[in-house]
Amino acid sequence: MKKIVTIIVLAFIVMACGNKKDQKETVQNDSGKLEGTIKVDGSSTVYPITEAVAEEFRNVQPNIKVTIGVSGTGGGFQKFSRGETNISDASRPIKDKEIAACKENNINYIQLEVAYDGLAVLVNPENTWVDSFTVEELKKIWEPDAQGKIMKWNQIRPEWPNEEIHLFGPGVASGTYDYFTEAIVGKSGSSRGDYTASEDDHILVQGIAGDKYGLGFFGLAYYVENKDKLTLIGVNNGAEVVKPTLETVSNGTYAPLSRPLFIYVNSTSVKQPEVVAFVHYYLENAGKLSKDVGYIPLPENLYKKSKEDFHAFVESNK
Amino acid sequence: MFKFWGIFCTLIGVVLLVIFIGNIIIDGISRINWDFIIDLPSRKPENSGIYTALMGSIWILLLTTVIAFPVGVAAGIYLEEYSKKNKLSGLLEINISNLAGVPSIIYGLLGLEVFVRIMGLGPSVLAGSLTLSLLILPIVIVATREAIKAVPSSIKDASYALGASKWQTIWHQILPASGGGILTGVILALSRAVGETAPLIVVGALAYVPFAPQGPLDEFSVLPIQIFNWISRPQAGFIENAAAAIIILLGITFIMNGVAVYFRNKWQKKWK
Repeated sequence: MKKIVTIIVLAFIVMACGNKKDQKETVQNDSGKLEGTIKVDGSSTVYPITEAVAEEFRNVQPNIKVTIGVSGTGGGFQKFSRGETNISDASRPIKDKEIAACKENNINYIQLEVAYDGLAVLVNPENTWVDSFTVEELKKIWEPDAQGKIMKWNQIRPEWPNEEIHLFGPGVASGTYDYFTEAIVGKSGSSRGDYTASEDDHILVQGIAGDKYGLGFFGLAYYVENKDKLTLIGVNNGAEVVKPTLETVSNGTYAPLSRPLFIYVNSTSVKQPEVVAFVHYYLENAGKLSKDVGYIPLPENLYKKSKEDFHAFVESNK
Repeated sequence: MFKFWGIFCTLIGVVLLVIFIGNIIIDGISRINWDFIIDLPSRKPENSGIYTALMGSIWILLLTTVIAFPVGVAAGIYLEEYSKKNKLSGLLEINISNLAGVPSIIYGLLGLEVFVRIMGLGPSVLAGSLTLSLLILPIVIVATREAIKAVPSSIKDASYALGASKWQTIWHQILPASGGGILTGVILALSRAVGETAPLIVVGALAYVPFAPQGPLDEFSVLPIQIFNWISRPQAGFIENAAAAIIILLGITFIMNGVAVYFRNKWQKKWK
């Protein structure tokens, strides 16, 4: 017993000694390398891109510590509006309520698009009858009124089989669900409830891959990883049937199921040269890195415009 | 007849556990190597490692022990040896039992408000440890009390008969006698703490930290968060990483439980 007490006391002392010295926010040393800490939080959808950027940034500026949290877009904005983070990842634009919260705390910010995400609509490979959906058809399937009524494929188009339709989709807590319902049903967060919901997209992949009459939607990156198990269905944007690809999402023809992903940068933070360096590096490399992690880059001129906007923002906040 | 039913019920749990662990090991064992332990998180699954998450978990574990062990054991001794049986002690007891049943995310919210914001500790290792200490305190207190209760009263009486004071009796007789039980309780409580995710996410533990904590006020990530983060990625390589990290987390828990069993056996023998 005594021994154990001694060990614990020792451990405590050792830890107390290891207490770090107060870090200065920013130090620029002789070699031109910057030092400091950058705090990022927000959407788990945008997280892989920010992680990739931070990973590469480590090679350029090894003394800048970038930390990234995944509180979700809403949770991220909450911290951002309290000034607790420098940058917020977001998979949707900031809401009025959040703008008000930022104003209250005198937080100004700039919104920067960093990549696109496509939502894929998928069926089982044995499904030979569906070649495309219109937005109205998707709405008919997913709207709240469809619950308990639209149960068979031939209710959507008469020539489709008289078989039950089995629906798979992300759970209501995910940003993907919010976006899909907003784009298809017209109201964010409003859909039928009688579908198989899972926060784990791998479950949705398995569900559709194992069910001939299955139909579901999720982020394009999951389809790309499971191409052999699923069939991608094109969506009619009003003029033509478009399947989500690098090109169609990037040039905006895959509508309405593609969305931009954002980062928000705090105006006080851009007084710190390490934040400016990081955001600049982000916009410089987001195109290549977002492709690496399964998202779709913006067209080159948009990155250029973002960079110009950001520079103007930095200048105006000096 | 009931015997077979009992065996069947016991087996369900064991078989499921074996299937689960087997599955995880098949998925992840090939991914575990030294690089996996010492690498930082990366966008490429094959370059990713758990270094920062593992160090974060170890920090949390140590700090939580340092905070929860003395406080919990002292509270247990007080309630068992000193407190008088009155309304106040009754109220305390009921509250402690109730606290043991509070969902862990509630502790997270409490930690966020009290430690992170009011005390200004920020989303640091210390704030996380304090939150987890609160979470496991009721368990530690109950285990301490049970262990002290199990000490035969003959020991206590003999100590008093020899003229020892109350504190001498507690320090030299009761604590050594109940040490095994207390440690078992503490270690089991800690192995629960090491697997907690929800309260730490609320407190502000991060998903990506490119450095191991150097002091109690540094930001951190922990293994369960890293695992959760990897599982939600589309690439198959990350799923393999998650399985490998699960094996390591399970390994830590098993070792801790093993240590608990060892202490229990060691101290029990001493008293026979």
